Amino acid sequence: MRGLVYTRYELLRAFRNRRFFFFSIGFPLLFYFVIASPNRGVTNFDRSGISLPLYYMVGLTSFGTMVAMISTGTRIASERQIGWTRQLRITPLSTRAYFRAKVLAAYMMSGLTIVLLGLAGSSLGVSLPAGHWLAMVGLILIALLPFAALGIMLGHLINVDSIGPATGGGASLLAFLGGTWFPLGSHGFLFELGRLLPSYWLVQAAHTGLTGHGWPLRGWIVIAVWSAVLVAGAFYAFRRDTKRV
Amino acid sequence: MQRPGTSSAVSSNRRYAGRVASTYPTVDGEEIRLDGLSKSFRSPEGPVHAVRDIDVAIARGETVGLLGPNGAGKSTTIDMLLGLQPPDSGGVSLFGRTPRQAVDAGLVGAMLQTGALIQYLSVRELLAMMASIYPAPLGIDEVLEQTGLEAISGRRTQKLSGGETQRVRFALAIVSDPDLLVLDEPTVAMDVESRHEFWNSMRAFAARGKTVVFATHYLEEADQNADRVVLMAHGRIVADGPPTEIKGRVGSRTIRATLPDAAPGELSTLPGVASADRHGESVLLSCADSDQAIRALLERFPAARDIEITGAGLEDAFLALTADPDSDAPDAAVAL
Repeated sequence: MRGLVYTRYELLRAFRNRRFFFFSIGFPLLFYFVIASPNRGVTNFDRSGISLPLYYMVGLTSFGTMVAMISTGTRIASERQIGWTRQLRITPLSTRAYFRAKVLAAYMMSGLTIVLLGLAGSSLGVSLPAGHWLAMVGLILIALLPFAALGIMLGHLINVDSIGPATGGGASLLAFLGGTWFPLGSHGFLFELGRLLPSYWLVQAAHTGLTGHGWPLRGWIVIAVWSAVLVAGAFYAFRRDTKRV
Repeated sequence: MQRPGTSSAVSSNRRYAGRVASTYPTVDGEEIRLDGLSKSFRSPEGPVHAVRDIDVAIARGETVGLLGPNGAGKSTTIDMLLGLQPPDSGGVSLFGRTPRQAVDAGLVGAMLQTGALIQYLSVRELLAMMASIYPAPLGIDEVLEQTGLEAISGRRTQKLSGGETQRVRFALAIVSDPDLLVLDEPTVAMDVESRHEFWNSMRAFAARGKTVVFATHYLEEADQNADRVVLMAHGRIVADGPPTEIKGRVGSRTIRATLPDAAPGELSTLPGVASADRHGESVLLSCADSDQAIRALLERFPAARDIEITGAGLEDAFLALTADPDSDAPDAAVAL
């Protein structure tokens, strides 16, 4: 199949980008050990009923995968900058095939992040039933879809000199409001706002690993709506992005 | 899909017979047409009319040089030709299709003016990646050979020199085996030798019955590599024909002579003379017909001495045509 050859090389490119690899995957790992290693004895973090190594394993898994997805935008912005996106415009590559390659490359990074943080968690004594692992990974992969689209959309809207702050700041804000670092509790403004964001449900997907429970209906709806809006936005941003940068 | 080669026998004389685009011979609609194409941009100083109502028709197998100074509208024209920018008015037809349809069918290959290569792939891998998008690409080895890239096929794209990068970009433009090859100022980053090799590769590709349109502001390149030159200035076409005809348009030769006593006004009325200038004791006659002019000159001014007759380069034609504000008028365009 023609599209698969193209996707294979896109994955190869992402894999060979060592600096990106290091910051995208190494950074959450480093962060995890710095926070969780000295606190491995904290068994009830912030009255959540969960040990700190486990809380931060899932927290950093959601953050690391989210960053991996959004940072597709950084690579797209630099491809636009060098005129590569315009070069692709004068090929028969379909929008769908282009998106598929970008999204799969981002998912590859996210998959590696999940695996490495899982291993890091295990090394600090985290252990979960296999069923919980599977449910967690499955829900995380679904919850990442809006972020994949967000990365593509930002990459086609924002120029290379401002994409760093845009994706970094955006990811940090979404992570904060989604309750990645501290539990949002069960009432109040931040809780109500958080529940409308895909990052909250990404964190909840990761927390599934803790509880074994899936999302309530609201989680599915929020992720579906954000996915639809951002995928449409990504298509729009890509289609109109034909100018010389 | 009909491949090229069948229609490249269009007589090269007949191609230039018409003044207006629509009189070019059409081969079952299989050609390239720009009809009444216009494009403006907004700018703080008001609208910029980048391209103003141009008509061009190109037959299969032609190699056309789009020549003009910076800001003449070449790149905007090429963007519209490729469907990268929609025209404000007018239309583009590539082999009877819209640009998008032609691109989707793999009929078009292009090397845009600006562009680097994506990183983390070797030259061969990048070519294979892009070839995989097309319905009937050339073999990778064949493309590497044609573009002289065999020796560096295993090198990562970020380790290439400027000239090598341009060659890879040319390879990417032909990997689909396109019927139409579009090159926007392809030799900008190249040294003299790379340029020479590049044009050899281009001519070898064109010789397979391909249609080539290239933009350049190097007059020499258009002169040597195009069999037709479309000269643009201020968004308009100011001349369209073989390089030799463009030279003829402004006086094909120049006569220089030492002649202290003659008034320029008198000289310019000599038969065969288009215009006359005086520089100190010498006079400079731009001639439409230098044979006639030299006979008349010697008959009227037997004292003329140190006579030189030189052929005007495309450079002179270029300057004369693009600087002349009158040639901006639509009616003056393409009066060949």
